[in-house]
Amino acid sequence: MNKEIIFNMNTAFRGEYAVVGYRFGHGDPSACIIGAMRGNEFQQLYMCSQLIAKLEQLEAKGAIVANKEIMIIPSLNYNSMNVGKKFWVSDNTDINRSFPGNPEGPATSRIAAAVLERVKGYRYGIQFASFYMGGEFIPHVRLTEEGVKNTSLANLFGMPYVLTASERTFDVSTLNYNWQKGGTSAFSVYTGATEWIDEERARQGVSSVLRFLTRMGIIRYNCHGGYISTVVEEDELLSIRSDMPGFFRQKASTNMEVTRGQLLAEIVDSFRGDVISRLVAPTDGIIFYQHIEPMVFQNSVVFKMIKKIHE
Amino acid sequence: MIDTVVSVEMLVEEVLRIKRNRLAPDECTGNEKRLCIASGSHGDELGGQYICYQVIRRIKKEFENLIGIVDIYPTMNPLGLDAQSRDFPLMDIDMNTVFPGDEEGAILDHTAARLIKDMAGADICLDIHSSNNLIREIPQVRLNDDVIETIMPYAKLLNTELVWIHPSTSVRPGSLAYALNSIGVKTMVIEAGVALRIDYEYCEQIVEGIFSLMKQMGIWKGEVGEIRTPMIATDGEVQFVNAESSGLFVPNIKHSMRVKKGEKIGTIVDVITGSVEERIYAPCDGLVFTLREYPAIEEGALIARIFGGAMNE
Ligand SMILES: [Zn+2]
Repeated sequence: MNKEIIFNMNTAFRGEYAVVGYRFGHGDPSACIIGAMRGNEFQQLYMCSQLIAKLEQLEAKGAIVANKEIMIIPSLNYNSMNVGKKFWVSDNTDINRSFPGNPEGPATSRIAAAVLERVKGYRYGIQFASFYMGGEFIPHVRLTEEGVKNTSLANLFGMPYVLTASERTFDVSTLNYNWQKGGTSAFSVYTGATEWIDEERARQGVSSVLRFLTRMGIIRYNCHGGYISTVVEEDELLSIRSDMPGFFRQKASTNMEVTRGQLLAEIVDSFRGDVISRLVAPTDGIIFYQHIEPMVFQNSVVFKMIKKIHE
Repeated sequence: MIDTVVSVEMLVEEVLRIKRNRLAPDECTGNEKRLCIASGSHGDELGGQYICYQVIRRIKKEFENLIGIVDIYPTMNPLGLDAQSRDFPLMDIDMNTVFPGDEEGAILDHTAARLIKDMAGADICLDIHSSNNLIREIPQVRLNDDVIETIMPYAKLLNTELVWIHPSTSVRPGSLAYALNSIGVKTMVIEAGVALRIDYEYCEQIVEGIFSLMKQMGIWKGEVGEIRTPMIATDGEVQFVNAESSGLFVPNIKHSMRVKKGEKIGTIVDVITGSVEERIYAPCDGLVFTLREYPAIEEGALIARIFGGAMNE
C-alpha cells in the first residue's frame, strides 16, 4: 500500500489540508474507489476504511493481480466532517457539484479538478454515494444515463438492484458524469445509510466491490456470488407522497413486499396526536425507498416502490 | 393590495405564507403593462427588502402617476430570512436552483411552482440579489447570453454601473430568471452590495433605475431621475483574481475603484508567523467591480473581479 497526496492546500487557521489516496498493486490503472464527498457521509467513509483494511490484507497475501493498480480516496472533505458540516467549510459549496473543476478557481473547484485529473484513466470508477434525498433505500448500483451501456458490468457487483437513472440538471457537475465522459466506466454504490453506520449494509457494499474487482480480474479473492441483480429504471419507481404534514409513523420498510391497499404509514397530528392520514400501497410491489425523519411535510415523497414485483 | 400567493403547512402548526403587494391604478383597462419585483430567495440578502420598501413607498406617495401594475414579492424565502440562512432551511437547498419547481411537490418545489405561476404573464421581472457574505458587488445586471437581444434594452435602464453577460448560477437553469425567461417573462437579475447588510446608496440607485424602467414600460408617468449608462461586460473582458495563499486579506484598495495594471490590490498575511504570504497585484487596468469583503481567506478564494473593457467616464 502506498499513500499518495492528490491535493493539498494551506488553510488560514487549521494548518495544511490534504486529499489523500491509497494505492494497491502496480501497473494498469484498473479501478478507483472514492468515498465521502460530503461531511455527513459517515457510512461512505466507513466503507472505504473497511475496503482499505481488506485490500491491505489481500496485498500482503499477494492477491492483487500483477500489473493491476487500485486507488482508494476515502474522503474529499473530511475537514467538513471534523466540524459537523455537510459542505465545504468556508463557503458551503458541494464538491460533488463542482466537477469538472478549475485548478485556478475556489478550493472546491480546485479539489474537483485535481481529483478528476488523478482518477481519469482508470478503467473502472466506483463512488460510494449518498442519495440526494434523506432516507433509506435498498442497496443498489446506480448508473447515469451516459453509463447505461454498462448495465451488464453493473450486475457483476452482485447487489440486489441496478438502478438506471435519467439525467438531472445538476448531473453535469458531478464526479460520476465527468468520470464517465472521460472514458471510465463509472458506478455509484448506494448502501442505504449516510449519517449513521449500517454495519451489515456496509459489509454488503464492501463485498460488492471486492466481488466486482475479482470478476474483473483485478484481485484474487474467493467471495460469495451475491445476487443476480434486478435492473430497475429510476423513472419507473412509483412515488408515494404524504398528503398531510405531521409525525410520520412508519408501518412498512425497505425491501418489504407489500400488496395493494396495505397500510404503509400513518401521519399523526403534531399537537393533538390523532391519525390524520393513512398512506396505503397503490399497487403490489417492493418498497425501495422510505422516509426516515420523525416528521414529514405535505406532498413529500415518503416511499418509492418497485411496481408489480415479488420477492 | 396584499395577497398570499403561496400557503403551505409546515411541520408543526405554522403555515408558510409568501405575500405579494400588487400596486395598480384604481381603474384598470386590462391593457396595463405588468412588472414583477422579486427578492429574498437567498435568506441572507437584505438589500432587496429595502428596495421593495422604497419602491412601494414612492408609488404610494405619487399614486396618481401609476398607470400600470407593479407586483412586489419582497420575501420569497421567509424561513431563510428569519433564520439568516441563505438556503431554504431544513433542506440545505438554494431556493434559486429549484425553479420552475413542481406544484404537486413538497414544500420547496411547490413554493417555487406557485411563484412562477403567479408571475407568469408579466412583461418584465426583476430578481434582486445582494451577492453573498464573502464578496461585495457593484450594482450590476446579470444576463445569460441566450437572452441578450431581448433584454439588453431594459437592462440598460436600471441605473447600474455594469451589465455583465455571464452564466452565473443566478441566471442558469434552476434559477427564477431562467425559468421565467423560458416562459416569456423578460427577467433580469440585479446584484448589488453584500449579504447580511444593506448598502443604502446602492439601493437608492437601483430604486431610481426601477422607476426609469417603469416609465419606459408605460407603468409610471411621474418624473424620474437621470440614469447612468452602464458598461457592458462580456466574460473576455473580466479578469478574476483568486488568492493563492490562505490567511487574512488586507486590502490596499477600495471596492469600485479603478486600478492600473500592477497596482497592489492587497496582501494575504499569516497571523501566527507574522509574515506576508502573498502580495496581490491587478492583472489589468480596470474597474474593481467585485472585491472580497470577508477577510479570512483560503487558497483559491475569489479576491476581486476587474472589468478591463471600455469604460465610461
Ligand atoms: Zn442571491
